[in-house]
Amino acid sequence: MLSWLPYAVAGWIFLVGCYGLVTSRHLVHTVVCLNVVQSSTYLLLLAVGWTRGGTAPIFGDIGRSRAVADPLVQAMTLTDIVVGAAVTALLLALTIQIAKRRGTVDPRALRSFEQESEE
Amino acid sequence: MRARLTVLLAGAAMLVLAVVGVRALIHLPGAGDVAHPYGARAVAAAFHHATANAVMSVTLDQRGFDTLGEEFVLLAAAVGTVLLLRELTAEREEEAAHTYGPEDVFEAVRLAGYVLLPVTLLVGGYVVVHGHLTPGGGFQGGTVLATGLYLAYLAADYRALDRLRPPGVFDAAEGLGAFAYVAVGVGGLLAGSGFLADWLPWGQLGKPLSAGTVPLLNIAIGIEVGSAFVLVVAKFLEQALTVPEQAAEEG
Repeated sequence: MLSWLPYAVAGWIFLVGCYGLVTSRHLVHTVVCLNVVQSSTYLLLLAVGWTRGGTAPIFGDIGRSRAVADPLVQAMTLTDIVVGAAVTALLLALTIQIAKRRGTVDPRALRSFEQESEE
Repeated sequence: MRARLTVLLAGAAMLVLAVVGVRALIHLPGAGDVAHPYGARAVAAAFHHATANAVMSVTLDQRGFDTLGEEFVLLAAAVGTVLLLRELTAEREEEAAHTYGPEDVFEAVRLAGYVLLPVTLLVGGYVVVHGHLTPGGGFQGGTVLATGLYLAYLAADYRALDRLRPPGVFDAAEGLGAFAYVAVGVGGLLAGSGFLADWLPWGQLGKPLSAGTVPLLNIAIGIEVGSAFVLVVAKFLEQALTVPEQAAEEG
């Protein structure tokens, strides 16, 4: 029952993040929206790895016969999160540079790559 | 007009994506009902190498080479951020022109910062070195360690933070962490089993000294991730606190 719900929620989060990306009026907001899009992939991976009645795949105090969640997709989620953090840091640094050079952080005001001559 | 067109186009694309997604969903096996052949094999391999934390076994033992790549992604991003946010000569800090930190912070926050600083560092270290036994590991623990350092900023001010993280030390530590990971991998070559193979004795499952090279790799990653976060946050703080507003606007 409702075994498709995690997938649907992942899809919903993905689409909500995409909507935010498209309508964004501030580059920091855009970066956060990208994070929202990425968090849908965490949920998708964890949903794939979930086992009914399973517990965490840490065998310090449980027996080997216990049902556990798939450790493989959890390790992939960890990679996903690390790469997400790295990308976020880099994008925010770029945002600071754009704010300095162009004087605006509205994506719609940044149509071309040429520097606007304001003086 | 143009903005509306963008939204309409994106809306159409998202609608197509939603329809295709639902069609794909219908044919997926439901969450929780799937057999996990790879997961079962990963757990068996974790037990074989006496690694209690199966996730860490996958990350640092079975997929150790991929994690090397992941670590260098982080290294490249940290270097890129530091490069992008370097101080230009036009925006050199002027001593008198700005404050150095949260002066109007409540005393309670300061006290919490001082009390939590050693606790956070301890927890971070614990999470790093117990990564093969309990949830955690180098990535998670490194982040906690870096957070601990920034409690010093909350508790004191920017100058105190500057004394806590002398320039150059974390640059060097980050490179050293990445190098240590590779060095452990090369150790596998010298031991005759292969690059990043689990070449140390595996020990007994659940004991602090078990899982072969996994704890060593965790420590290497902890050093690298912690230093990377310290460097990156330092650069952002520097932009916010010491680069004068004027230069930022003109630059």
